[in-house]
Amino acid sequence: MSDNPLFQQIQAEVDANPVLLFMKGSAMFPQCGFSAAVVQVLNHFGVKYKTVNILENDDMRQGLKEYSSWPTFPQLYVKGEFVGGCDIVREMAASGDLAKLFEEKGVEMGQ
Amino acid sequence: MSNSLHPEGPYARRMIDKLTAAFTPELLELKDDSHKHAGHSDRIAALGPSGHAPVDGAGETHFRLTLVSTAFAGKSRVERQRMVYDLLRDELKERVHALALTIRAPGE
Repeated sequence: MSDNPLFQQIQAEVDANPVLLFMKGSAMFPQCGFSAAVVQVLNHFGVKYKTVNILENDDMRQGLKEYSSWPTFPQLYVKGEFVGGCDIVREMAASGDLAKLFEEKGVEMGQ
Repeated sequence: MSNSLHPEGPYARRMIDKLTAAFTPELLELKDDSHKHAGHSDRIAALGPSGHAPVDGAGETHFRLTLVSTAFAGKSRVERQRMVYDLLRDELKERVHALALTIRAPGE
């Protein structure tokens, strides 16, 4: 989608991980309440996910804002599709839309 | 339209003006939650030069925004938030560190 090597690196991460969360800190030690909230949601649904700590890579942090057209973190991707940030993930979890999305995309829950 | 909450800071004012002009919302609620986050300014500063908006304890860093407007009818959740983020790009870059969004079309 782009010759930008950073975008290619991001794209590779997104392609390789069915559920991918770009966040501040790690799943064990989130460094931001909004990132922590999304980790909690993913744990609640029992899906397998990978996290990338954008505080450790400022290039990726800036690149992701452009790549996703989204200025804030966390950012959740499911099967290559940008789902949203904390507000959207929480809203979708509450409405049942997130479970539906995992189902549609063939992401196993309850693990 | 009804603005049930009007924080008085300059950034709140700017955001309210822009949002009102762009979306003529039926409902616009902006709450300044900065005081709840005053405690983590040290931690953010300790993270080093991250391009972060300042969290200096002077407020106007963390907001919660609720918007209801016909402008959002037929738009996805992601599209709606992008519309708001795009409009408030400068405020987010300069100062506002967190903007929690609840966005609806009328009747939702």
